[in-house]
Amino acid sequence: MTAAAAIGSGRGIPLFLDFFYKLRARGLKVSAHNWLALLDAIARGLHGSTLDGFYTVARCILVNDEGDYDGFDLAFAETFRGVVADLEHMVSQLDEWLRDPKQLMHLDPAMLEQLEQIGLEELRRQLLERLAEQKERHEGGNRWVGTGGTSPFGQGGMHPSGVRMGGRGGGRSALAVADARRFRELRKDLVIDTRQMGMALRRLRRLERKGGLEELDIDGTVDETARNCGDLEIVMRPPRKNDVRMLLLLDVGGSMDPHAELVSRLFSAAHQHGGFKELESYYFHNCVYSRVYEDAAFTKPVTIDSLLRRTDSNWYLVLVGDAWMHPGELMMTSSSFWSLEAAPSGLRCLAKLADHFPKSAWINPEPPRLWEAPTISEIRRLFEMVPLTLDGLGDLVENMRTPPRPVRRSQIAKILRDRE
Amino acid sequence: MSQFSSSERYIVSEELGKAVDVAIAIGRPLLIKGEPGTGKTLLAVDLARQLGKPLIRWQVKSTTKAVEGLYQYDTVKRLHDSRFGDGDVGDIAKYIELGPLGRGFAHDEQAVVLIDEIDKADLEFPNDLLHELDAMSFSIPETGAVIDAKRRPIVVITSNNEKELPDAFLRRCVFHWISFPERELMAQIVAVHHPEVETQLLASALEAFYRLRRIDGLRKPPSTSELIDWIAALRHADIDPAKLLGAGLPFLGVLLKKEQDLSLAERGGARGGRH
Repeated sequence: MTAAAAIGSGRGIPLFLDFFYKLRARGLKVSAHNWLALLDAIARGLHGSTLDGFYTVARCILVNDEGDYDGFDLAFAETFRGVVADLEHMVSQLDEWLRDPKQLMHLDPAMLEQLEQIGLEELRRQLLERLAEQKERHEGGNRWVGTGGTSPFGQGGMHPSGVRMGGRGGGRSALAVADARRFRELRKDLVIDTRQMGMALRRLRRLERKGGLEELDIDGTVDETARNCGDLEIVMRPPRKNDVRMLLLLDVGGSMDPHAELVSRLFSAAHQHGGFKELESYYFHNCVYSRVYEDAAFTKPVTIDSLLRRTDSNWYLVLVGDAWMHPGELMMTSSSFWSLEAAPSGLRCLAKLADHFPKSAWINPEPPRLWEAPTISEIRRLFEMVPLTLDGLGDLVENMRTPPRPVRRSQIAKILRDRE
Repeated sequence: MSQFSSSERYIVSEELGKAVDVAIAIGRPLLIKGEPGTGKTLLAVDLARQLGKPLIRWQVKSTTKAVEGLYQYDTVKRLHDSRFGDGDVGDIAKYIELGPLGRGFAHDEQAVVLIDEIDKADLEFPNDLLHELDAMSFSIPETGAVIDAKRRPIVVITSNNEKELPDAFLRRCVFHWISFPERELMAQIVAVHHPEVETQLLASALEAFYRLRRIDGLRKPPSTSELIDWIAALRHADIDPAKLLGAGLPFLGVLLKKEQDLSLAERGGARGGRH
C-alpha cells in the first residue's frame, strides 16, 4: 500500500514516516539500520531541537553517497514544506506508530523485510528504552522524545513561520538550505568526466593469476616449509593481473557528431584507466555491416569475420552509438553495392556480434526518452542499452557480469536463423 | 556533549562539525569524502588534537589487506629464529604485532583511528572490516587471544571515490561529503595557514582562484591545498595584487598541474582580459 492510499484510508501516516517514503521514492537506499541510528541520534538530542539540526543529523546518517544529497534535499523540502506546524507531532506520532505494530502494514515490502530481520518487538523495545532513558536524563528539559506535548523540535523556540532559524546567528534555515539544491551537480545520473568513467570501467576488472612465476607466495612458503619439517621451501606464484579483454566499437560521424567530445572521453577513459589486458577499438558509421575500421577516417577496413576469429566469447564487447538511423539502414545489406548478394544485413551483423559475445552492451549517448524510436528499440532487443552517464556505466558493469537473458538469446537466434 | 568545531589550525563547516558529533555520539565510523585537497585527513588530525586523544593512522594502499589493520603474524622472523636459534620460538605471541586498528582497540584510553584512503584497497577490503568495526573486537586464531576494545575508538575513514564502497559498509557509517569551500570559508582557511596575509592580496588571489575554477572543462580544478601553496608563492615573490586581476596569472603551474588545463586557462584568461 502506498503512503497516499494509507492516508486515504484515514489512518494518517506520520510525517516522519512520510519523509522516509519520499527518500525511498527518490531512490535513496534508506534501510532500517539507518533509521534506527537516526532515532538514536534524535533521542540523544543531537539535532539540538531545531529543524536545521534535524536536517544535518538526518543527512549524515541517512545518506551515504554525495550523489544522493540532491535527492535528500528534494525529499526534505517536499516533506517539510507547508506542514511545518505538524513538526511538534512528528516524533509523538512516531512513538505512537511504534506502539501499534499493526500500522507497519503500511510499510512497503522491502522495508518490512528489513524490519522483520531486526524483529519488530526488538525494534519497539529499543525505542521505548531510549524514550524512557531520555525522560529520566532530561527531566524538565525539552529535548526528549515523547508524547504529552513536549517536542524535540524546540518547544517555544519555533520561528513564527514554524521554522526555527539556524543555531548560531545568520545560519540559513534548513528548508532554504534544502531548496538551494547545492549538490545538484553531484548527481550520478548526469554526464561525467574521463576519470569518473575510468573508475566505472575499472569495476569490470577481473584479477587472475596467469603468466610467469614472479611473486613470493608467503602463505604457500610457510605451509610447504612446515610440511618440510622446517627446511625452507620457497613457493613462487604468478602475480595478479587484470584478465579482461575489451572490444570497443564506436559509431562516428553524422548524427554522432554532437556526442564526439563525450565519446572521446569514454575512449580515453577506457585506454588510460580501464587497465584491461587487451583493448581493441574499431570505428563504424551508423550501423555495423560486414566490416569495421581501424581509423575514424574509414581507410583501414577489418572484416567482422576476421575479428570474430581472433576473439572468443570471454571478450567484452561494448558498442557506442546513438543507434539512430533510417530503418532501411538497419536492414540494408552493406555499404558496398557490388557485394549485395553475399553480405548480411546490419541487423544480422549485430546479431552475430551479440551471439559471439555474451558479455556485451550498447552505450547510447542519447537520453533514454528517445529510445523508443524503431531502430533503437530493435537494437535494444539484441543488446542491453545504457546511457552514457555514471549510473549508466554502473549498469553496464552489472549487465556484463550476468549472462544474457533468455528472451534476448532467443531473439538473437531468431535473427540468425531467418534467411535473408 | 563534546562539540567539534573550528580551531585555530583547522576550519570546519557547521555541517561537518555536526556529522563528527553524531558519529562520536552514536559510536559509528565517520566516512569523509570530498574533492582531493579539501582537508579530509587533516580533520582526523585536528579532531584528535582537539579532544586530546592519541591519533593512530592507517594509510591504506592498493596491496593493503584488512587483517593487516588488526594484527600481523611475523612468520618469517619466527622461521628465522627457529633456524638460527634466536630466542624461544614456542611463544607465538612474541611474533604477533597489532596493526593500527588493533592498537586502537587495545589502547587504554579512547583513540582516534584514521583509516586513510580506504578506496585505494581492494573492493572487498571494507567488507572484511564490517564485523570488527561493529563489534569492536577481533580474535587472533594463532594464539587464541581476543582483543576487545577497552574504549570504543573514534574511527574516521576517508575516501577519494576511486572505488565504490559496498552498501553493507556504507550503511554502518555516518557520512559527510566535504563540499568545496565557499569564498567566505576559504578566506578563513587561508588565514589559518597564512595568518599575516595582506587583505588586498587575499581578496585578489581568491578572486583569481574562483575565476579559474569556473573555467569549463578543467581536468583537475585547483583545490584548497594548491591555493595555499600559491598564496605562499605570491607572498614570497612579493607579487602586486593588481596583477592577479588581469590575464596571465603568475605561478599558474602551482594551481594547475595538467598541460591541457594550463593552455585552457591561458586561453580563458585572455578572453577574460578583453572585457
